[in-house]
Amino acid sequence: MTVGAQPQAIPGAFSGTARRADFPVFERLTSTGNRLVYLDAAASAPKPAVVIEAMRDAYSHHYANVHRGIYELSEDATGRFEAARRKVAAFLNAPSEREIVFVRNATEAINLVAYSWGRTNLRAGETMVTTQLEHHANIVPWQQLTREVGAELRYVAITDDGRLDLEDLDRLLATRPKLVALAAVSNALGTINPVREITQRAHAAGALVLVDAAQAAPHMPIDVQAIGCDFLAISGHKMLGPSGIGALWARRELLEAMPPFLTGGNMIIRVTMEGAEWNEVPQKFEAGTPAIVEAIGLGAAIDYLTDIGMPNVREHERYLFEHAWAALGEIPDVRRFGPDDPDTHAGVISFVLDAVHPHDMATILDHHGVAVRAGHHCAQPVMQRYDIPATTRASFYVYNDLDDVEALADAVRAAVTLFAG
Amino acid sequence: MDNLYRDFILEHYRNPHNQGVLDPHDLHFADSNPTCGDELSMTLRLDGKGQIADVAFEGRGCAISQASASILTDTLRGMTLDAVRAIDPKAVLDDLGVPIGPARLKCALLGYKVLQGAVVGESVEWPVEAEAAI
Repeated sequence: MTVGAQPQAIPGAFSGTARRADFPVFERLTSTGNRLVYLDAAASAPKPAVVIEAMRDAYSHHYANVHRGIYELSEDATGRFEAARRKVAAFLNAPSEREIVFVRNATEAINLVAYSWGRTNLRAGETMVTTQLEHHANIVPWQQLTREVGAELRYVAITDDGRLDLEDLDRLLATRPKLVALAAVSNALGTINPVREITQRAHAAGALVLVDAAQAAPHMPIDVQAIGCDFLAISGHKMLGPSGIGALWARRELLEAMPPFLTGGNMIIRVTMEGAEWNEVPQKFEAGTPAIVEAIGLGAAIDYLTDIGMPNVREHERYLFEHAWAALGEIPDVRRFGPDDPDTHAGVISFVLDAVHPHDMATILDHHGVAVRAGHHCAQPVMQRYDIPATTRASFYVYNDLDDVEALADAVRAAVTLFAG
Repeated sequence: MDNLYRDFILEHYRNPHNQGVLDPHDLHFADSNPTCGDELSMTLRLDGKGQIADVAFEGRGCAISQASASILTDTLRGMTLDAVRAIDPKAVLDDLGVPIGPARLKCALLGYKVLQGAVVGESVEWPVEAEAAI
């Protein structure tokens, strides 16, 4: 397939080639003199200049601590910090910005729920459910929680083509679990899970639902009210924002009832030597000085994505996925993972070749200027499901185009040739 | 890349020396590379003087980890365990003979780590040479 000769414009969408100019990192060449073909958004995304500039401006002209100072500069900083919270709320279609808790990343958001909601609501002998498809961030906190309280953690199985086995889900729901925790999109396989349908089934069985949207929110519209879930976690760094900032969305009545996670300053109304009264939500969950400028940077990233339009981002990546899936499929002995159907497969492709180990593949691709991830993608139960130690993973975003797909396919072919000797 | 995947590296990968499991054996250890989950196990047999009489390894992994273990195990026969403990990880990288970047150091030193684990009898820390590795 000669993808480079095809027009880059996507009906109703945009040009990834043109978007590259928004990202300073693409000004650099690799040490081998190649243009950087960045296919690792699923690990972390590059930052557009507008995000970097928003953070530079915040530090330069608008920086003071928030929620503290009775002076203009602090009010300015607080206003910008809280504006970022409103942007996150709007991005997720949350009913109120008071339901947005700033955290470091999705991992911390999930840990917050496991510590605060979990240790209050899950009891010995009860069960909760996660899936074999999850990132370790949505497994290990639940393993710790269930071990500590004496509850049982059950896993929804994965089908051969990388989807959740919904019959298995129904079997597990029959045990009346208290919580179902699952990813909206698998970071390891790219599978888009039917979170709305699963939430309905889980609610019907009496369970609450936590959605790990770290891999979904950067790449497709997310509407917490349409999904109907109870908790949802995102990471800023995967959606063009800075590292060190993420958010937990939770229904307000849940946040009101939950005890604090971290304690200290800002999260209290009044402290005496005998005890403390908690601040209202979301401040109850934001102890200490927050990542002020990172939150402002995340707000700028949301502005950038909203300007493109999340449905357009999704269409763009769907288009790249279809071409990359086909291009890799044409290379003999490449085994691709996850669903064939572009409706249920995000812009993440995991693949292996018997002849070339993923580490070697990633090194050879790197020498062609193509940056991919090789490894278990913090999802070792997925690797165990398919009895493989690792995969090579290519993931797409707004700055990618068909030339990048072609560069990937060319470099994979070069690796095959090299190892065929 | 042409420097890294030289013919002799690929030859060791396709046809590793000292492949398999020794039965019986005096020392055995298995370990893995946490970044990719690659596993490597090694068995050693000692002679009456406490020197290594034979060695074998097996596992699945990338070309760098397999070639490195293949080359390393070729050098062990006749060595005392004290001499094995004294092996400098830098020498292992030198013996590999190709430039190893930070991201691949743990691949290149997995065989060394398993060997030291077999001699000590428990998992040893990654050598400082591997600390830059992701």
